[in-house]
Amino acid sequence: MNRATLDLWVGFFVAIGLAALLFLALKVGNLASSNVGETYQLQAEFDNIGGLKVRAPVKSAGVVVGRVTDIRFDPESYRALVGMKIDARYKFPRDTILTINTSGILGEQYVGFEVGGDTEMLKNGDTVKKTQSAVVLEKLISEFMFNKAQDEKK
Amino acid sequence: MPDNGLTRALQGLGRRVTDRIWRLGFAARFLLATVMYSGTALRRFNLTIREIYFTGVLSLIIILVSGLFVGMVLGLQGYDTLQRYGSSEALGILVALSLVRELGPVVAALLFASRAGSAITAEIGLMKATEQLSAMEMMAVDPIARVVAPRFWAGVISMPLLAMLFSAMGIFGGYLVGVQLIGVDEGSFWSQMQASVDFREDILNGVIKSFVFGAIISWIAVFEGYDCEPTAEGVSGATTRTVVTSSLAILAADFILTALMFRGA
Repeated sequence: MNRATLDLWVGFFVAIGLAALLFLALKVGNLASSNVGETYQLQAEFDNIGGLKVRAPVKSAGVVVGRVTDIRFDPESYRALVGMKIDARYKFPRDTILTINTSGILGEQYVGFEVGGDTEMLKNGDTVKKTQSAVVLEKLISEFMFNKAQDEKK
Repeated sequence: MPDNGLTRALQGLGRRVTDRIWRLGFAARFLLATVMYSGTALRRFNLTIREIYFTGVLSLIIILVSGLFVGMVLGLQGYDTLQRYGSSEALGILVALSLVRELGPVVAALLFASRAGSAITAEIGLMKATEQLSAMEMMAVDPIARVVAPRFWAGVISMPLLAMLFSAMGIFGGYLVGVQLIGVDEGSFWSQMQASVDFREDILNGVIKSFVFGAIISWIAVFEGYDCEPTAEGVSGATTRTVVTSSLAILAADFILTALMFRGA
């Protein structure tokens, strides 16, 4: 086989290989949607984050508006510090309440924004203190059992 | 020393162990030499392009067809299990993650080892058996730079491309069976996949894996060819060893890489 044909085939091979990577990145992976333009950073303190993970979605009214970027433990207040990257197109009032919800019974956990009515908006670097912890199923069950036992004693 | 069966068995065992360690040391030295003398392979790149044709382009058919069928089987089996839990929409996640993280790199590497690795060993072994390598040395052409290094780099370059093609083809196969044949909702198939496959964590780690596998296969293939006994049996034995050793090495390396990469967030 002469060199031109050889080069052509190898070029074709490399091109479809890179096209496969592009397909994986854009159609299969989240490269297209993960870094959309400008973002700003928010922090929130939670009593209990349950099974929340880094990269979990942040949703408001069910729409993804950001991602969890880091989760740390604050040794002074003994609470969890959750850092979030929010799409700069969306602004939220200062009295927004953050909750940790679960999508479905076995689904992943996400941070939900319950929007408040304040006229001032949250800015880059703000910390939200008004939060609601994740629902821990074991706690719910034990409370339910405890109440049940109390009722029976009466 | 009494010359009985036990002594001889122990001597044989000891010889076999030292032989293996000696060969491992030689193989490591050989890899170093290959990398050090790869200047020619990269400067005269058409040597490497020629080898990419023989290792990469000629493996395309087997990789694409196997990828398609592996993806289709994943689609069927995954649907069968997922629909029991009422979550057949998660089929896209299952197919994409298992292909991108594991099956793509590993199965493509196993196929590559038996399709291209064995051919490399046989070719270099036959060159040695017909004394072409000694002839090159006589003409002051270094056979490592001229014969070994281009084949090594061709394998290293081809393997990630083939693994990505395998994954892409497999996802297409899973889509064909899951969405077109069974009727899983197309929107949730793709959107759930996109929501849980991360470019850096999943796709790039798969590419890194296939890169490592490509280096391992090429190393073993060129080494076995270069080191083989210059006889017909020697070449056939070396070819078999290439396939067996590189398959085992791929699976072992896959375990180590997986343990390093996916600890669970």
